[in-house]
Amino acid sequence: MNAPATQQWLRVCAVNEIPLLGSRLVECPSGNIAVFRTAEDNVFALLDRCPHKAGPLSQGIVHGETVTCPLHSWNIDLKSGEAKAPDVGCARRYPVEVRDGDVFLALASA
Amino acid sequence: MKKMKLVVVGNGMAGIRTVEELLALAPDLYDITVFGSEPHPNYNRILLSPVLAGEQEFDNIVLNPRSWYEENGITLHTGRTITRIDRARRRVIADDGGEAEYDRLLLATGSTPFMLPVPGKDLRGVIAYRDIADTQAMMDAASAKKHAVVIGGGLLGLEAANGLKLRGMTVSVVHLGDWLLDRQLDATAGGLLRRSLEERGLSFLLGRQTEEIVGNAEGEACAVRFKGGEEVPAQLVVMAVGIRPNTALAESAGLYCNRGIVVSDVLQTFDPRIYAVGECVSHRGVAYGLVAPLFEQAKVCANHLARLGIGQYQGSVLSTKLKVTGIDLFSAGDFMGGEGCEDIVLSDPAGGVYKKLVIKDDQLVGACLYGDTLDAAWYFKLLREGRKINDLRDTLMFGESAIGDVGVAGQSRAAAMQDSDEVCGCNGVCKGTIVKAIKDQGLFTVDDVKKHTKAASSCGSCTGLVEQILMNTLGSSFQETPKTKAVCGCTDHTHGEIRKAIREQHLTTHLAVYRFLEWRTPNGCATCRPAVNYYLLSTWPKEAVDDPQSRFVNERVHANIQKDGTFSVIPQMKGGVTNPSELRRIADVADKYAVPMVKVTGGQRIDLLGVKKEDLVNVWKDLGMNSGHAYGKSIRTVKTCVGSEFCRFGTQNSTQMGIDLETMLANMWSPHKVKLAVSGCPRNCAEAGIKDVGVIAVDSGWELYVGGNGGIKTEVAQFLAKVKTSDEVKEYSGAFLQLYREEAYYLDRTVHYIARVGLDYIKRQIVDDAANRKALYERLLYALEGLPDPWAARIAGAQKQEYIPIKLIPAGEPA
Ligand SMILES: Cc1cc2nc3c(=O)[nH]c(=O)nc-3n(C[C@H](O)[C@H](O)[C@H](O)COP(=O)(O)OP(=O)(O)OC[C@H]3O[C@@H](n4cnc5c(N)ncnc54)[C@H](O)[C@@H]3O)c2cc1C
Ligand code: HEM
Ligand code: SF4
Ligand code: FES
Repeated sequence: MNAPATQQWLRVCAVNEIPLLGSRLVECPSGNIAVFRTAEDNVFALLDRCPHKAGPLSQGIVHGETVTCPLHSWNIDLKSGEAKAPDVGCARRYPVEVRDGDVFLALASA
Repeated sequence: MKKMKLVVVGNGMAGIRTVEELLALAPDLYDITVFGSEPHPNYNRILLSPVLAGEQEFDNIVLNPRSWYEENGITLHTGRTITRIDRARRRVIADDGGEAEYDRLLLATGSTPFMLPVPGKDLRGVIAYRDIADTQAMMDAASAKKHAVVIGGGLLGLEAANGLKLRGMTVSVVHLGDWLLDRQLDATAGGLLRRSLEERGLSFLLGRQTEEIVGNAEGEACAVRFKGGEEVPAQLVVMAVGIRPNTALAESAGLYCNRGIVVSDVLQTFDPRIYAVGECVSHRGVAYGLVAPLFEQAKVCANHLARLGIGQYQGSVLSTKLKVTGIDLFSAGDFMGGEGCEDIVLSDPAGGVYKKLVIKDDQLVGACLYGDTLDAAWYFKLLREGRKINDLRDTLMFGESAIGDVGVAGQSRAAAMQDSDEVCGCNGVCKGTIVKAIKDQGLFTVDDVKKHTKAASSCGSCTGLVEQILMNTLGSSFQETPKTKAVCGCTDHTHGEIRKAIREQHLTTHLAVYRFLEWRTPNGCATCRPAVNYYLLSTWPKEAVDDPQSRFVNERVHANIQKDGTFSVIPQMKGGVTNPSELRRIADVADKYAVPMVKVTGGQRIDLLGVKKEDLVNVWKDLGMNSGHAYGKSIRTVKTCVGSEFCRFGTQNSTQMGIDLETMLANMWSPHKVKLAVSGCPRNCAEAGIKDVGVIAVDSGWELYVGGNGGIKTEVAQFLAKVKTSDEVKEYSGAFLQLYREEAYYLDRTVHYIARVGLDYIKRQIVDDAANRKALYERLLYALEGLPDPWAARIAGAQKQEYIPIKLIPAGEPA
């Protein structure tokens, strides 16, 4: 995953500091980001705002490569940020990578 | 595995209801074939009366359209009558020579109208009132002929007479008895009924014995002659003098019949491969003629056909309503009274109201209401439960609204609602819309109502109210549908099957469950994971490990998420009792963390609202109090009143009892939230009547009630037992809650659980079987023993990262 030139990669935490099938909340000046970890140790990052009514996705239940929003149970695909049918909407994605057991997030520079 | 073959003879209400129940329990067990004499798919026979009265159309009373049979893979043969059963070769033979093999046979042949054996009964124009063909014949006659005579002044006869009158005929009702509905009403109520039917233009010939139906030269009926020579003109004669169980087929096959096909408590005939349900059946010597008991039979029968083997049919208490628009009457039980009975009577003939309650041995045993039936459901409930009514006696006659909140508010809530009152808050559906849909579209189940009106299709909390509306609109014909679907899209298994597998296979982890039951998804979804987590924990306490990632956010964080993302903190306050030092700490915390609101909750404790997530752990630490579990599917509170320590009415120390219960149940997870209350006397200031477990002190001990619920649909707790000591209160309520914890499906409140298994079952497990009660109680104590307070655990460092967000600040310059 390549970040555009105006972005920079920042270390978030070690992978195992995110609970398996869980998430961590990352506070950034541009808004909160939810970083998720799946059962296969894949890591995804989405803006912590559900496309429905801005529910905190970081507080949802993670299953497969999906998170279920805690407020009204929309299912959001972690890879694409898209809500699953019948719901329609998209949560903003962030480039994220695991390097040597550490999670890095690409953020727009201030 | 090859499917077994189930053949159903009789495509009517009881037979098809059994098939529906069976499909819900075991959709793939049988290849099902249905034979019905009538040319129609299963329809709602009850609604023939509204059709005759012109209030409904035939098209709208179909219950299962042909597409339903197709969708469920059922082979349907309409217009074909089974004439023979070959039990040795296990085949049924139809009138057209066709045959079908069975492994199990279900007889649901209904009943046949009894035709008086008088000369002229075979003339044209003499009919019974049983099916669509009869109804059509009456409607045809009404448009061509003038005079109708209905023989029989029972429910069916009066509904027929009313319909024919509305279609323009002059109608006389002939009745042998001294008053109308003499099997459902006493003489006074029967008299009132007669008066109001006469006002509608019907005439009555009581105490008459029909001797002959006189025909003309064309072989058509033209008059009815009575004993003594009196004659009335009649071009249409409707016989409604009773029904006989239709046992001809069963008898010809050598099955034991005695005024009905004799069945056991599991609806099995004397041939173990053959079951029977409906009006054709004689159970413990009783043949029923109303649908409510038949549907109960269907439920039990389906359970045994599905090889689950749970449940027995033990007979039904009946109640009666007449479906003549504008006439309200109700009767149930032994409404005539007699030896050893007392009557309470309210009679206002001028106002058209008459109520009679019959009491025997301090229990309500019968009721007969005319003109004001608002409290019918309540009386019927008291009657079925056999509850002692000494404490209600003074106000019994004035209905449930006259008693305080010990009672049964909510039962007749649907009846009392205006058409414009909203029922379903989610979809904005009013009562009037639902009632209209039920009537116009011939709806029959909650699912129908969901589909047509959207009511109860979202959060479902108004389902109960919809049920009540169905009940009030359809009369006794309504029965609620069971919840036995697959848990979610990850699996085809039901909640029951998952619980069973976890117990029998000793599964202790999520992964083991998903593997053993062949989940379609690698780690479930937000619907099944919390359920599986609960089933694991409740089945294997101290063995299964709680998985916080399978819990909703509130249970994971141990606080309630608010709509702005902040949390509320509610510390435990056992029995609603606090002290100055706790209050001081609460005040200090509220100051220190600038808590925006401090509120007393409905559960007798204090809520700190608007706490930031990262402050939670420190707030808990400063409070130095235990979690009140106000956020979980778990024990919530035990409300108490002041009781005998201070109150002049108090009979026992209800406050201490509440504290003891809350101490015992600390940290208990459950299928859904659990609330208790203890009151010091039947004035019931703690509102124990709407709690999962309600305890009410009386002079000689404690009364225990279970299954109450104060949510959108208020449910009144039902009487479980009376005990003497506070230790027994703990043991009985603990045992009940453990039974609920072990057997209820996730997200079922106690009221739903009890509705599924029946209060009788609960009583057998908890009240009748002392050894079982003790074992349950011990299992509860074992499961709860040593559970840590979740707040203390987190103060000590558990799940730390849950509460600490990571802060990231990009550098000022592009990289
Ligand atoms: C006009 C009317 C109004 C009613 N109102 C009410 C009411 O308000 N409340 C209430 O609770 N109850 C009411 N009832 C009674 C209720 O309809 C019956 O109790 C119920 O329908 C009985 O169900 P069942 O399945 O036993 O019989 P049915 O519904 O009669 O079904 C039996 C079916 O089996 C078929 N059959 C019989 N023998 C054979 C065979 N050998 N081969 C193939 N098919 C066969 C019959 O043709 C029939 O279709 C009313 C009944 C009528 C007629
Ligand atoms: C030595 C004694 C008996 C033997 C060996 C015997 C054997 C059998 C067998 C093999 C069947 C067939 C089961 C099936 O197809 O699933 C059967 C069916 C049956 N038996 Fe017996 N039986 C005996 C006594 C009795 C008695 C005493 C009664 C009743 C009082 C009885 C009532 C029945 C009935 C009602 C059936 C069902 C018939 C059917 O399926 O068509 N049996 N029996
Ligand atoms: S329930 Fe009875 S004992 Fe308790 S406070 Fe009320 S009146 Fe007093
Ligand atoms: S805010 Fe996420 S589902 Fe409504």
